[in-house]
Amino acid sequence: MKAFQKIFTKITQITKATCSLKATGVGYDELASVDGKLAQVVKIMGDEVTLQVFSGTEGIRTNAEVVFMGKAPALKVGDQLAGRFFNAYGEPIDGGPVPEGIETEIGGPSVNPVRREQPSELIATGIAGIDLNNTLVTGQKIPFFADPDQPFNQVMAMVALRAQSDKIILGGMGMTNDDYLFFKNTFSNAGALDRIVSFINTTEDPSVERILVPDMALTAAEYFAVQKNEKVLVLLTDMTNYADALAIVSNRMDQIPSKDSMPGSIYSDLAKIYEKAVQFPDGGSITIIAVTTLSGGDITHAVPDNTGYITEGQLYLRRDSDIGKVIVDPFRSLSRLKQLVTGKKTREDHPQVMNAAVRLYADAANAKTKLENGFDLTDYDNRTLAFAKDYSDKLLAIDVNLDTTDMLNVAWNLFGEYFSPAEVNIKQELVDKYWK
Amino acid sequence: MATKGTVRGIVSNLVTVEVDGPVSQNEICYISVDGVKLMSEVIKVIGKNAFVQVFESTRGMRVGDKAEFEGHMLEVTLGPGMLSRNYDGLQNDLDKMDGVFLKRGNYTYALDNDKKWNFKPIARAGDKVIAGDWLGEVDENFQPHKIMVPFVFKGTYTVKSVAAEGEYTIVDDIAVLTNEQGEDIKVNMIQKWPVKKAVTCYKEKPRPFKLLETGVRTMDTLNPIVEGGTGFIPGPFGTGKTVLQHAISKQAEADIVIIAACGERANEVVEIFAEFPHLTDPHTGRKLMERTIIIANTSNMPVAAREASVYTAMTLSEYYRSMGLKVLLMADSTSRWAQALREMSNRLEELPGPDAFPMDLSAIIANFYARAGYVELNNGKSGSVTFIGTVSPAGGNLKEPVTENTKKVARCFYALEQDRADKKRYPAVNPIDSYSKYLEYPEFQEYIAKHISPTWIDKVNECKTRMLRGKEISEQINILGDDGVPVEYHETFWKSELIDFVILQQDAFDDVDSVTSLERQEYMLDKIVDICNKDFHFENFNDVSDYFKKMINILKQMNYSEFKSDKFNRFNEELDGHIKLSIK
Repeated sequence: MKAFQKIFTKITQITKATCSLKATGVGYDELASVDGKLAQVVKIMGDEVTLQVFSGTEGIRTNAEVVFMGKAPALKVGDQLAGRFFNAYGEPIDGGPVPEGIETEIGGPSVNPVRREQPSELIATGIAGIDLNNTLVTGQKIPFFADPDQPFNQVMAMVALRAQSDKIILGGMGMTNDDYLFFKNTFSNAGALDRIVSFINTTEDPSVERILVPDMALTAAEYFAVQKNEKVLVLLTDMTNYADALAIVSNRMDQIPSKDSMPGSIYSDLAKIYEKAVQFPDGGSITIIAVTTLSGGDITHAVPDNTGYITEGQLYLRRDSDIGKVIVDPFRSLSRLKQLVTGKKTREDHPQVMNAAVRLYADAANAKTKLENGFDLTDYDNRTLAFAKDYSDKLLAIDVNLDTTDMLNVAWNLFGEYFSPAEVNIKQELVDKYWK
Repeated sequence: MATKGTVRGIVSNLVTVEVDGPVSQNEICYISVDGVKLMSEVIKVIGKNAFVQVFESTRGMRVGDKAEFEGHMLEVTLGPGMLSRNYDGLQNDLDKMDGVFLKRGNYTYALDNDKKWNFKPIARAGDKVIAGDWLGEVDENFQPHKIMVPFVFKGTYTVKSVAAEGEYTIVDDIAVLTNEQGEDIKVNMIQKWPVKKAVTCYKEKPRPFKLLETGVRTMDTLNPIVEGGTGFIPGPFGTGKTVLQHAISKQAEADIVIIAACGERANEVVEIFAEFPHLTDPHTGRKLMERTIIIANTSNMPVAAREASVYTAMTLSEYYRSMGLKVLLMADSTSRWAQALREMSNRLEELPGPDAFPMDLSAIIANFYARAGYVELNNGKSGSVTFIGTVSPAGGNLKEPVTENTKKVARCFYALEQDRADKKRYPAVNPIDSYSKYLEYPEFQEYIAKHISPTWIDKVNECKTRMLRGKEISEQINILGDDGVPVEYHETFWKSELIDFVILQQDAFDDVDSVTSLERQEYMLDKIVDICNKDFHFENFNDVSDYFKKMINILKQMNYSEFKSDKFNRFNEELDGHIKLSIK
């Protein structure tokens, strides 16, 4: 079906991100091109239509040619997407041909909650800070809350390659060209390129274009998860850049900002993306691992704060000065879906061992505070400190690569080395069975 | 003739419609977009222009699209057959929709017109009745579902006839009522009610006083909620709001539980879908799903319907309350509802209040909480709607508009705390900041003295004082060091830790520990208070902590064992032996 196209040439108003013109018969959310630049209808008032121009309005003339396309932004989905790199509009940037496929509108409808399945499949990453303390499950959505200087992209690439997924969809927003090449090289060195689809907006591209990236990535993900019943892992980095782009647009449209200059709808905007993570009844699933960069570690900022309420947990990285390695912070990291698999898909003692170890690690933190304040340490304090160092090194560090059962055995060994059963405070049956 | 209109402007889901006749505030209209009718609600009128919020995506809508006004506000359809159903925020039955994805403009009927119910008459010919009076009843999942005089009926009616006992569908007439003008009106089992209006078919609303048992110790023992009470649970993300809320909805001793998943994660609702049909109600032994209604408007579903969802849930609760039932309504989370209000207020270009929320937020929250309550019905029976809402404060800061305005109206406050959650002290309800105003109600104190024990409330208050004292001492120890304070201080501190570990902390994922009967709570409270009032003798502070850690460990093993089982009794004996070791 060829959409009915009308050409207009009289623009009445131009701002940095939008332009307005008189036009009729235009649908809300419809795409248009303004002198070849892609734009979308964001407001209609009588016969005045406001367009958001993704790549910015630089150089647009008042007599620019505006063509309405009669459709919302769309992506051609099909098997040919695999192994390819695209920009925010879904156009190839790897020099290859335009893939064939079925044109599908991006930002499609939500899954009926009663048709979802409860996520129940463990995603093993080998990193104990994740598998032991914050176990991931298919159909989950979870971000790394990280400072810009932390190696979150490396950890994410490692998780993506170790996880047993059929497809990996990478959505890069405001990614530096170096990071883009890092992902490309890592995936191609691992021989995994044929199961990767990437939508990349780099820092060199206009920032408002980023708004399209998550929807493009998730439309591709839905194709593989729904049509092919595949397990799809979606990596979104970095969602803070996405939110910043939303703030720019809302600001240009004179909306009243809420907390931290973010639009009042930031919660719904982020939820629409993250809630695409789902376990389908026919076996397909979409799992989202995202990155939200923090400014100065502040998680009360509107972006991480709203994200935390939407996602099923969050992962924090931290450099542990005692062992000189980056660890997955056991205090603030959380996977909300872990109880669906821990002790069920993993050994029975998993939940209690995990909690006991973290509690003892917290005692060590208290002992450390005492030490810093110049107080004498008790024998127990000293033992917790020694335990904490070992625990950090043997389990929390991101260079650990173990099977979950081995992680539990390592934890029991540490308990036995430093504590008595009463101090560890675990159900007696488990102590009888596993104490070393 | 129904009012019609034409679309004139579109900004996201706020649409301006030029109308050709009268419209009312909050009236429902349907806008046709490419042949699909989208439900919308009038939220502002200026001259010929009605501003409507569309409950769906407006993608593809054009200027010139036609709207039809319905002449009524957003209503729910009430009748037998709502229990165990999963509705969206507008009471569409989610299970009746086809396909994996939600389709725009797909509205499904809330009830089942074909199912036959065994009707038993209650009213008799000649009875004088008013709105809300019981005409008869049917059995809905073992609950006596009363068929009432429709709430919208004004004035007094005389019952002309009531159907005889037998099998009827909800669309069959079951009674004929004669109004004051002598006109006969036929009544079936269905009635409609606008969600934003409170159902007030009761005689009076006394102060609530009956304990509502939840099996969660930090609530029942320390800060109890009552039948018809209100409470709220604020907490930063990751502090266990949802786990606590699920525990309450699984275990509470209520006849009906309505869960409004308002703008939260879909997987959390899926957890309820997956678990409730298999879990049993600890009080009746029947499946939990039989007494539950779920209103799911998850965060990715349309924002305007999110606002409606809490009202839909409240109206269903009030309906069951009018039957003399104990209803528990849980809403997760009221902050998302407030944010939905904010999004619309913003698009309407209203002048914003604090944090860009609408100025009347405080009144909206107060009005909503006021709809809960314990009521005495016209026939002398009683019913209740207990409401517990969660609040998701931005940045975990309790000084934000939604938390502050809720605190003014809710009588129980369960403050979830990041620090406790970090230490894995679950449920992470802060024992010092949290409160239940009901503990101060003389009606409640009298009830507890009669039904549990006359010394109960004193013991509860003693625990609270000990927790506060323990916190003060722990701060002193942090400043002065372990040996900077007398050994007795360590003893007092560890007694507060004992209360914390044994009574307050509870493993929501353990079959035994997750739900504690009142009898058991009373037993453990007596035991712990008794220990706390013993004088122990210790040489130094290291002995204190070793001794109490051991004691806590024994008591925790008790918590994990069936009440008064052999295992439980063995640990109890071990405990007695341990107590003797250091007693003065």
